[in-house]
Amino acid sequence: MQANSQILNQTTPNRTAAGSTSKADAKLGIFCAAFLGVALLWGVGFSHINVFHNAAHDTRHSNAFPCH
Amino acid sequence: MDTFRRLLITAVLAGLIAGVFVTLVHQIATVPVILKAEVFEKAADEAAPATEGSDGNSATAGSMSGMAMSGTDHDHAASEAHEAHDHEEGGWEPSNGLERNAFTAAADILTGIGFALLLAAAYAARGSQMDWRKGLFWGLAGFAVFTLAPGLGLPPEVPGTEAAPLLQRQLWWVATVLLTGGGLALIFFTRQMLWSVLGVAMIVLPHAYGAPQPAEHHSAAPEALAHSFIVAVTMTSLLFWVALGILTGFFFQRQFKAA
Repeated sequence: MQANSQILNQTTPNRTAAGSTSKADAKLGIFCAAFLGVALLWGVGFSHINVFHNAAHDTRHSNAFPCH
Repeated sequence: MDTFRRLLITAVLAGLIAGVFVTLVHQIATVPVILKAEVFEKAADEAAPATEGSDGNSATAGSMSGMAMSGTDHDHAASEAHEAHDHEEGGWEPSNGLERNAFTAAADILTGIGFALLLAAAYAARGSQMDWRKGLFWGLAGFAVFTLAPGLGLPPEVPGTEAAPLLQRQLWWVATVLLTGGGLALIFFTRQMLWSVLGVAMIVLPHAYGAPQPAEHHSAAPEALAHSFIVAVTMTSLLFWVALGILTGFFFQRQFKAA
């Protein structure tokens, strides 16, 4: 049990979280968070859909996302 | 999905606070410059007869904008303007004032949450203990990756600035962000000199290749306004990334300590 949680400790985000998370859960969580982050940024900053562009226009310019 | 839940809470809290903060900073520093530039943009549009919706009043608008363009310049600018302004004539846009600023605030907050998700995912992937101070350093790296590096080749632009085709610029932006982020990761997370040299080469590469540029540079807004916008965007972005780094580091520590 001790050895097992040692292994988990090396792959989970934080030692104290090791008890409740598994390696697979950590990997999936990291992937989902990164994917959601990219999707949000794409929608706000990069989508060519007019409505998205016009709604986020000033944010795009203020963040120097390529615009127009 | 316990890890995802904690990362999401971290990112939503940090992105919300940093987003509200940067919305206020944008209202002070960048949005007034954008609105000023749009006055010049509109005048230039009206001066270009080929642009949709500018039928009869090109002569007056031309003198209003105070621009003396040669025939070829004019045609070029007109076709560029036509391409550039499809979005404004082709659909809904928020009306100026409260509605427009509300959408800017929402977009700023979503941007904050988006970047916070990437930071939190990176912290988790690294698997080391976080605190606000480590978060600050990550935030500074984010500033270098997402603002400084792409901004060197594609400086922040006010509305009404001619630029290369959008998709080309977006591709260069994404490639520069990936190469700069990857390069910094190699420099910071490996110990051998070879990897560090490769990291530096990755950071240099997109600039050696060069950012896509327009056939000719032209801006409807005066150069002084365009320059002050570059400074405003870069500095507001620094403030945003410092805030986002500190907040993500702080909330990440709390989320993964409470387990």
